[in-house]
Amino acid sequence: MVAFTLNGQPASADAEGDTPLLWVIREHLKLTGTKFGCGSGLCGACTVHVDGKAVFSCQTAASEVEGRKVTTIEGLSKNGDHPLQKAWVAEQVPQCGYCQSGQIMKAATLLENNKNPSRADIVAHMQTNICRCGTYPRIVKAIQRAAKEG
Amino acid sequence: MTIQKKSEFIEGGICRRGFVAGAGGLTFGLTVAPWLSDRNGEAAAASGKSPVNAWVTIGVDNSVTIMSPAVEMGQGIMTTLPMIIAEELDADWANVMVEQSPPNHKVYGNPGFGGFLVTVASRSVMGYWDKLRLAGAQARRVLLDAAAAKWGVPVSELTTGPSVVMHAKSGRKMTYGEIAAFAKAPKTLPKVTEADLKEPRDFRILGQDIPRVDVPSKVDGTAEFGMDVQVPGMVYAAVLRAPAEGNKPMKIDDVATRKVKGVTDVVSLPYGVAVIGMTVEATRAGKEALKVDWSKPRDGSYNSEKAIAEFGKKAADGAKAGIPFVKKGDAVAANKSAAKTVAREYAADYTYHAQMEPMNATAWIHDGIVEVWAGCQTQSRATLAAFKAAKVKPQQVRYHQLLLGGGFGRRAQTEYITDAVLLAKATKRPVKVIWSREDDVQFGKLRPQVAQHIEVGLDKDGNVAGWRHRVVGESVLAYTSPGRLKKAKGKDVLVMAGVAHHYGIPNQLAEHVVDGGATRLAAWRAIGAGYTIFAIEAFIDDLAREQGRDAVDLRLAMLADNPRAQHVIKEVVKMSDYRRKRRGRALGLSFGEVVGSYTAAVAEVSLDDKTGKISVHNYWNTVDPGLALQPQNIVAQAEGNIIYGLGQCLTERITIDGGVVQQSNFHDYEVMRIGDVPEIHTKVISTDNRPTGIGEFALPLTGGAISNAVMALTGKRLNHMPFTPDRVLKALKA
Repeated sequence: MVAFTLNGQPASADAEGDTPLLWVIREHLKLTGTKFGCGSGLCGACTVHVDGKAVFSCQTAASEVEGRKVTTIEGLSKNGDHPLQKAWVAEQVPQCGYCQSGQIMKAATLLENNKNPSRADIVAHMQTNICRCGTYPRIVKAIQRAAKEG
Repeated sequence: MTIQKKSEFIEGGICRRGFVAGAGGLTFGLTVAPWLSDRNGEAAAASGKSPVNAWVTIGVDNSVTIMSPAVEMGQGIMTTLPMIIAEELDADWANVMVEQSPPNHKVYGNPGFGGFLVTVASRSVMGYWDKLRLAGAQARRVLLDAAAAKWGVPVSELTTGPSVVMHAKSGRKMTYGEIAAFAKAPKTLPKVTEADLKEPRDFRILGQDIPRVDVPSKVDGTAEFGMDVQVPGMVYAAVLRAPAEGNKPMKIDDVATRKVKGVTDVVSLPYGVAVIGMTVEATRAGKEALKVDWSKPRDGSYNSEKAIAEFGKKAADGAKAGIPFVKKGDAVAANKSAAKTVAREYAADYTYHAQMEPMNATAWIHDGIVEVWAGCQTQSRATLAAFKAAKVKPQQVRYHQLLLGGGFGRRAQTEYITDAVLLAKATKRPVKVIWSREDDVQFGKLRPQVAQHIEVGLDKDGNVAGWRHRVVGESVLAYTSPGRLKKAKGKDVLVMAGVAHHYGIPNQLAEHVVDGGATRLAAWRAIGAGYTIFAIEAFIDDLAREQGRDAVDLRLAMLADNPRAQHVIKEVVKMSDYRRKRRGRALGLSFGEVVGSYTAAVAEVSLDDKTGKISVHNYWNTVDPGLALQPQNIVAQAEGNIIYGLGQCLTERITIDGGVVQQSNFHDYEVMRIGDVPEIHTKVISTDNRPTGIGEFALPLTGGAISNAVMALTGKRLNHMPFTPDRVLKALKA
């Protein structure tokens, strides 16, 4: 059994401590916005926040988040209106969309610490996250827009 | 505010999903005029009586629900096809909702693909264009007839505006929703013809940058992909697949597996061993613990690196004729009698799709029904795979189409559906099978590796009299669709895509020499064009160099009677300021026609001659896709294409040894990341031609553009994709 705070609500799951947080979120708790991409911390599709920091949920054991605060794409904003989400729509970023939850969660931690990131800052920060559809040019634009429009 | 409705699975057995397209915020599925309801349409379609009204549903709330038959995998088709219907229906796009059509190919099949439900090869708009325009026009005509009858006026006096019927003489107006409230179904739907269609100059939806209907759900986690399906009582499965093609499990030691907490069963399959469990993690741990002895593979001696060298020799040896794919005049004779010949060779390694969502599917066999949930590029083949695996009749399959986390040709294959159905049958429970990324790479279905040889014969004036292009490699269709290959008399349209170029040469031969192992193959975005257009465009540059001519001028001369080709080339030359020399950087140009769209590209590169690493700084491209239906979406597709294409040029490479794929995840199959991407500049040139493919047009030009740029920079030709640092260093030393 693991217990933690998920998107502001208490959550618990009947999972072994070494279960990747990814599967606890997706399949035990049925919050499927967080995606499985590689299982090895290579693609970033599973990115969530643990106590405000971006982590690969496929590389985070459930026991590590015991009692901590986990935020997924479903909890990033109340109505899908986080500045990044609005910017993502305005720039029409997603194509297939599968990696985009992870991209947005990763980008959110950049804007937390850097209100006005340069293109180089964005590229360095987002290098962990693969988008096979090649939406990178729009990801850069959307982060810049979100930084500007807040 | 855009709203979308989460699908409710197992709701009357039909997977419902609706997307509000515009800012209407209307609720899906209020009272609908029964005579236009899609459910009636479905029923009618099943009885074969009335297939057309299945496309449009008008709600009394003035909502317009439009069926989208093609599958959405990022290309925007779930928006573009409904736009075509909405245009001819003269609907108010703000009130349009889009729904995935039921998987009934008799009603919703693509006329451009034998009437099947299949979304491949950038051919959805091309295939559906006439059908959907007529469907929209017919629905409009039904509304007009109903309004005319109500007002007692001739239908010829009526016009429509966005979701409104108007009678100018009396100044009366009625919304489509108001009509839906009273109208009765006509016994037979009115016949409409091309004469009932709008003039393209009157389009007010097509050609606009309409936001994609699926995008809002893809930024808040509500979009539902195949892997997101949750069926009550569901168990999970992981499949240990036979390492090489043709292996079978001979001896299974599952003692350790069955001890893993949460593992409920181990099931032997014809091609592997499945672990069933209550959780994903149990199935993954159980799979790790399996020990299986396998039978001999079909071709256990195949080594791709040795093979490609052999392919190269066979490509250069013109004595052994291949299967002719393009044949015009007599290229062999023309080259033999030529004043001079020029020949070059090229190669490309196996590539893997690397779609972000690993293969998966969910199935449940109950009450004589086989229910399947998946993100597959073809509802028709998904259904086929399901009824074959379950050994039931086609009509017993209920297939639910979900969004695809990337397709690129990979999801036109269906073995993950076979997995799920076989395991649902074995367990008698709903089963979700999820492949690991390692499974996805190692059991990928690859774009074949090929060696190519192009030889031209020049007459005494230096004109190209003969063109012979040999492609050596496996046949994709022999693996995926042997029946289709037989029908095509051995011509593999996938492997040979792109060889039919537009350069005016009197004698041409493009031939496929089939050779190789027992590799699992499939279509890959742009298929053969990715390497054939690379070879052709690199060759044209070398030919110009041989003749002391400018490569752009030579292209324009060889395309003299092709104004669309001329235009995209001239525009990209202008955009890129092609003639301007750059310090430490150089440009390379490439041209092609891909799925009917004319396109040209220029890459700007630099090279670290110590490491051999190529950097692409800028990439300009132009495209004439006929009438540009969604210009900004075409730009987005160009970006995606170019970045996907850069992968095949720079890093992406699968090698095979003993029939086994040697790579396993993103650390050894490297795709482009954000830092690898150049500034991309796209110009969409809308023309009054029929709309053509936009899903893969730009990809095939990447190889030529980059290789030609490196040639301009260094005088060395990179002729083997990907242009990895070791290959670059080798070329620099040559």
